[in-house]
Amino acid sequence: MAGLSRLLPASRAVSSPDDQKGIFSRGLSWRLRRIREQIIKASLFLCGLVSVLTTIGIIVSLFGEAIGFFLRPEVDLYHFLTGTMWRPLGRPVSPDNFGILPLVNGTVMVAALSGMIALPIGLLTAIFLSEYAPEGMRRVLKPVLEILAGVPSVVYGYFAISFITPQLRTLADWVNSVAGTAIRVDFFNALSASIVMGVMILPLVSSISEDAMRSVPQALREGAYALGATKLEVALRVVVPAALSGILAGFILAFSRAVGETMIVAIAAGSTPRVTLNPLSSIQTMTGFIVQVSFGDTPMGSINSQSIYAVGATLFIMTFIMNVISNYIMRRFREVYE
Amino acid sequence: MTGQQLVNGNFERFLRRKRLMGRIFHVILLISTLVGLVMLAVLIVDIAIEGGAWLTPTLFTNYHSRRPEQAGMKSGIAGSLIVLSLTALFSFPLGVGAAVYLEEYAPKNRLTEFININISNLGGVPSVVYGMLGLTVFSRGFGLFKPNSWLVQALNLPVDPRNGYIFSVLGLEMRLPFGNSLLTGGLAMTLLILPTVIMASREAIRAVPNSIREAAFGLGATPWQVVSRQVLPAALPGILTGMILALSRAMGEAAPLIILGAFTYVPFLPRTIWDQFTVMPIQIYNWITLPQPEYRVHLSAAGILVLLVVLLGMNALAVYLRNRFEKRW
Repeated sequence: MAGLSRLLPASRAVSSPDDQKGIFSRGLSWRLRRIREQIIKASLFLCGLVSVLTTIGIIVSLFGEAIGFFLRPEVDLYHFLTGTMWRPLGRPVSPDNFGILPLVNGTVMVAALSGMIALPIGLLTAIFLSEYAPEGMRRVLKPVLEILAGVPSVVYGYFAISFITPQLRTLADWVNSVAGTAIRVDFFNALSASIVMGVMILPLVSSISEDAMRSVPQALREGAYALGATKLEVALRVVVPAALSGILAGFILAFSRAVGETMIVAIAAGSTPRVTLNPLSSIQTMTGFIVQVSFGDTPMGSINSQSIYAVGATLFIMTFIMNVISNYIMRRFREVYE
Repeated sequence: MTGQQLVNGNFERFLRRKRLMGRIFHVILLISTLVGLVMLAVLIVDIAIEGGAWLTPTLFTNYHSRRPEQAGMKSGIAGSLIVLSLTALFSFPLGVGAAVYLEEYAPKNRLTEFININISNLGGVPSVVYGMLGLTVFSRGFGLFKPNSWLVQALNLPVDPRNGYIFSVLGLEMRLPFGNSLLTGGLAMTLLILPTVIMASREAIRAVPNSIREAAFGLGATPWQVVSRQVLPAALPGILTGMILALSRAMGEAAPLIILGAFTYVPFLPRTIWDQFTVMPIQIYNWITLPQPEYRVHLSAAGILVLLVVLLGMNALAVYLRNRFEKRW
């Protein structure tokens, strides 16, 4: 840690000119000041502790309520983790109606599709910004691209349903009329949400990848040029491999962001939990289900309102694992180049 | 390409092919970079076309109405502003305090390392999870203030089944739990943006050169005097920039507040922090989910335009602060 702690041995108070006025006053003011410094340090420490309390709060509230959900006689953990039907309103209430796989299916499909869009484009954008673009262009392009990350997800949801979905349906109609196929695009569909989500996580991928590439030492590039490599070869065979761990960490982080993203899928992906690989059909994601339940009026303590905690806990565990992996890779990567 | 082939006089062709590949790749890179920009442009144009004509004063002066041409989002605008002010009020001292502790005071030990890892992990937690945290902890108080809870029974608290335990501190009304109030919204948003605020503040504090600290210590300042009179003033522009960017993220969030129990239809302006509320993104989401195209396509787009203009203003302010006050050491 840079800062005071490096400059000062422990919390030894430093005497100031005021302290020189005589033994009594020096002792008192010195002690008062010392006490004040200690109180301030303690309260700053408490501010730092808030983040730990937040984590504890998340774990207690999510898992506490999730345990309450699993203690109900109508559900059990085994069916929850392996069941392929999610019908929280289905009657009679039975464990068969609480299988999370359809929601996981929807979540992973949307995240994977958005990754397929954002990862290649983001990586190529990063290569362009880091290796090809002149400095002035880079300074304009980067903040403009980052606007994409600052657009609220409700806006992306609107864009998906009012622009992308109609385009997809027009495209499908055209393909159907030309090729004689029978492609059906649901009004709510996973693809539309994925495309828009890909645009949303694009700056995340390009930013982190670009940072990783820029921290590759110039000597590596110069070495490659000296051996007769072209710019393309330097970029693809030297810089990208050298920055691979950072790029990978960015990919995982972007995927995790897509898994946790809510409003786009709540608006555009539908509310039909199902196990499918067809991106043109209506699906539901974990976050989409949580919002659907919360948006309607569900009485507290009902099985429906408790089920969102079980889903939320699953979501938390998934994103947590990805973030830990990403952080780990990022940390290791930093050690190499700093 | 082997040496043998080069000797055979293919070198010129080899080189030309390499150059061509390089040029093609350059074009591919340009196109990829343009994808993001084009999408941004299409998004803005689409919203402006759909919502432009609906951007009327009604939007600011009316509450949601059953007639689209009379519907507005007055309560959403008010709610967003109040929730955001509360968020700023809570997250500034907490975030800056934590950043100061971690940068200036924290010893290098396991606890500090744990807090560091913890903050970076919190930054990646989905926003819905913060909504559920807020719902359980702030809105419902773990159910501790229901008439039949052990706490209420043990302390014999006079609780109201709907509003919980109401009492007054220094003449101010207090409620436990906080319910689906503005206060709950502000607290949940605070926890949501805290990791971002802490990280931005730390970066700003770290950018203050050590020579400034050394000079202050040399003049006999105490650690807190060094922090409060030298380091923080120097780091303030950076901290404020990070703070505004984090707040603009909170401004656009709908999901956590929906989960907390924010309402979609609030036909009044809030008077106290205990009132129920809605925010702009929730109002927009509500309009998007309605079947009539006037709401779904046009009014929601007009609402989005208002939201985007506010966000743009906040971001411009952040950029201005950064350029105007940031010192290069």
